[in-house]
Amino acid sequence: MINFNYSAKDFKSAAEVRWCPGCGDYAIMNAVQKTMADMNIAHKDFAVISGIGCSSRFPYYMSTYGFHTIHGRAAAIASGVKSANPALTVWVMTGDGDSLAIGGNHFIHLVRRNINLNMVLFNNKIYGLTKGQYSPTSDRGKITKTSPFGTIEDSFVPGQLVLGSRGTFFARAVDNNIKHTQEVLADAAQHKGTSVVEVLQNCVIFNEGIHEQISDPKFRAERQLFLKNGQPMIFGDNEDKGLILDKGKLKVVKIGENGITREDILVHQPEEDNLGLQVALINMALPEFPVAMGVIRSVEAPVYDQEMTKQIETVQQKRKITCMDELLQSGNTWTVDGQNSKEPVKFFDNKCFG
Amino acid sequence: MKDAKVIELEEVAIRFSGDSGDGMQLTGTLFSDTSALFGNDISTFPDYPSEIRAPQGTVGGVSGFQVQFGKKKITTPGDLAHVLVAMNPAALKANAAFLNPAASIIFDVDSFSEKNLEKAQYKTKDPFTELKLNDYSLIPVPITSMTKESLIDLELDNKSILRCKNMFALGLICWMFDRPLDYIERFIQSKFGKKSPLIAEANLTVLHTGYNYGMNLQHMTPQYIVHPAPIEKGIYRNINGNNATAWGFIAAAEKAGLELFIGSYPITPATDVLQALAERKDLGVKSFQAEDEIAGICTTIGAAFAGDLAVTSTSGPGFALKSEALGLSVMAELPIVVVNVQRGGPSTGLPTKTEQSDLLQTLYGRNGESPVVVLAASTPSDCFYYAFLSAKIALERMVPVVLLTDGFLGNGSEPWRVPSMDELPSITPRKAKNPETYLPYNRDPETLAREWAIPGMEGFEHRIGGLEKNNAGGVNQDPDNHQRNSEIREAKVLKVADMIPELEVEGNPEGDLLVIGWGGTFGHMISSVKAMQDAGKSVSLAHFNYIKPLPSNTAEVLARFKKIVVCELNMGQFASYLRDKLPQFTYHQVNKMKGLPFSVHELVENFDKLLEA
Repeated sequence: MINFNYSAKDFKSAAEVRWCPGCGDYAIMNAVQKTMADMNIAHKDFAVISGIGCSSRFPYYMSTYGFHTIHGRAAAIASGVKSANPALTVWVMTGDGDSLAIGGNHFIHLVRRNINLNMVLFNNKIYGLTKGQYSPTSDRGKITKTSPFGTIEDSFVPGQLVLGSRGTFFARAVDNNIKHTQEVLADAAQHKGTSVVEVLQNCVIFNEGIHEQISDPKFRAERQLFLKNGQPMIFGDNEDKGLILDKGKLKVVKIGENGITREDILVHQPEEDNLGLQVALINMALPEFPVAMGVIRSVEAPVYDQEMTKQIETVQQKRKITCMDELLQSGNTWTVDGQNSKEPVKFFDNKCFG
Repeated sequence: MKDAKVIELEEVAIRFSGDSGDGMQLTGTLFSDTSALFGNDISTFPDYPSEIRAPQGTVGGVSGFQVQFGKKKITTPGDLAHVLVAMNPAALKANAAFLNPAASIIFDVDSFSEKNLEKAQYKTKDPFTELKLNDYSLIPVPITSMTKESLIDLELDNKSILRCKNMFALGLICWMFDRPLDYIERFIQSKFGKKSPLIAEANLTVLHTGYNYGMNLQHMTPQYIVHPAPIEKGIYRNINGNNATAWGFIAAAEKAGLELFIGSYPITPATDVLQALAERKDLGVKSFQAEDEIAGICTTIGAAFAGDLAVTSTSGPGFALKSEALGLSVMAELPIVVVNVQRGGPSTGLPTKTEQSDLLQTLYGRNGESPVVVLAASTPSDCFYYAFLSAKIALERMVPVVLLTDGFLGNGSEPWRVPSMDELPSITPRKAKNPETYLPYNRDPETLAREWAIPGMEGFEHRIGGLEKNNAGGVNQDPDNHQRNSEIREAKVLKVADMIPELEVEGNPEGDLLVIGWGGTFGHMISSVKAMQDAGKSVSLAHFNYIKPLPSNTAEVLARFKKIVVCELNMGQFASYLRDKLPQFTYHQVNKMKGLPFSVHELVENFDKLLEA
């Protein structure tokens, strides 16, 4: 096996990065570039596809093949890229407006088809590029330029949408925790099928501090539950809090109180097809619960682009028609060769199709 | 035999007509195929309602299939039918206006009940007098009862029995036109033989009953003889426009050495293009049924970025949804082909009827200055060649191409001498060669086409997008840069004129009247112009397949005629385009917005008026 020995720098383009100073996107980009370098896949085989929005400027800042497309359509365009050439490693960079509002249809169908690509969903709960309007992930009551009296609609929870679309991989990370984001992205990159990583991202200009309660490093251990495959769901500064199921619902308990021991704490099984529990983990919100971070669901299912290749191979093994000439002459044909029939005039004769 | 009335004809048009569930499309298709195999040239026109099963017995639910066949070149399905098969009173009513004065009307007398007359909203109990059809050759045939009678020994439910009625009509018509039944028999066997031998047997029985009925009662049924047509040597098949389009793309992919990708969404009347390609996994076609029209073109753009010959198919409303993404392919300069099988509009409009009203949408229906190459096929079979050419132009000039066909071409069929792949020109995609000097928007100085570097090619990594760009693909919103790029994108499309043929004239290159048509009206245009020429009139035809760019000699051709008339199935879109591009000429217009093709008769009438004026 070739060892490419790439570093994150090998994935940076010469273009000047123009996100606002302090934007969460910088950290996410560093994590993505580091992840790509570690994947040990040839640089030429990466394609980064985006739609429209601040985060969608991403491809210009990468040195890989990249396509900055139109609003909401990155998922559909990337689906075409990957189906046309499954050998490519395709990444989709998108935001909450791009993929959950104008591109909502493509988003759910991408996930449903389980095309083998990696989507990074930058969730800043606001439209930044258009300067501060509410998005489909803005909380009810959010005051913005288009909701001066507060929104009157509930928001999407991206993970719910992914699992509701029969998603096979969903993970969550926070922009200010680069190391963890990188771990999650590495898992996503390994996954066979569509992986969606929601990164809670701060918009310093139009939604400053929107995730602060969750992301504040001072309270990280108390407010974030870092899920690990096969490990008990334990959190807290003293690693003394955990989750149990009580009457079918998640409940936070303290180890050592009321006879609760470590053995009573739920063990995280992202590879089990346990939608109910996984959705419950996705739904956990402050202050009652910590917010779930890491890979919440990672299950196996048929992968669209591989199935497409396989189907063509299967049909071709038994095919009777192997080329266009054979197709043209297949089925109901008849030959005209009578005495009063003349030589054919070919369509492309005497024309300048050079 | 001596009672039999035998009529020899040069060409005959038959219209099969019944409820949309009566199997008229199949009946018509089987008869057309049989006639083509017999050696006649044919042209067909399916005309069906947009509801799959509209209310039974109503005029709105009538489904028709017209075929014209003859011993010479057939260019249209015929204005008026010589023979009408009417399975019920509604079918008679819907078609009364489309009959030759001497036509024979075969009707299922069993279905002419009071109830059915009411459903078809007749005002009287005598439909023939009411429709002024008494002078026609009326042939009442008890189709329903004879069908039931012939199947009495088979253990079949009533519904299945009634489904065989169309085979009775088909058998009868085959007798009238002296067609052998073997092709139809083989079809029935292969369709039902294995799955339900009983249904196969029933259909075969009824087919023969109909045929024998004609033979036995020939004193009342005229028999027609239409001799085989003398045509060009070769291997022939019947093909409809949508299949021809699909196959043209497969041929282009093979020529170009590329894999073929279609991303598409079902829409009448274009769905068959997607279906025909989905069927061809044996030739490696990747078909992607997308979640909507937008995803149809977006997956196509993605596949083009990834290096496939990428196409998408749609009809008017879907084309409207694709417009933003089509603009992306203009900006990114990716080679895609969009097929628009036009139908009646606006909005949902007339989904199953034909029209040419998307021309201006195709030329101009996008934000910004967004030029694309526009081609239009003109017969069902030449859809193959124009699909092939669309792909060739897209790949060699790195430009999106829109191919316009329409419902009439897409569903209509004709015998086609199949070419061999050797007859088709080469296609050389502009794959990038030198990574040292490569920039995505470096251009060939002659054609202005950029080079195509696809992900996976080492050393060519680059970024493109929908923002205005510099040669490296990076964002550049400099005023002069945008001006220059806008001019280049337009010039690149216009330069395609150097790879398309000059405009040809059917008839004398100069004269009193030049008739101009484009796209799917060709059959009717050429028939009417030939009729004028036969009558000694100075009329010629210039039929356009290349809309943007126009053939380079267009102005020269137009200048040689005293009058010019542009005929199209819209309110004058091509005429206004010509007025814009070649304002030095005066354009008369013939336009029709009925969801139907032109009739030769109405065209001739209009041309006569223009010549007299």
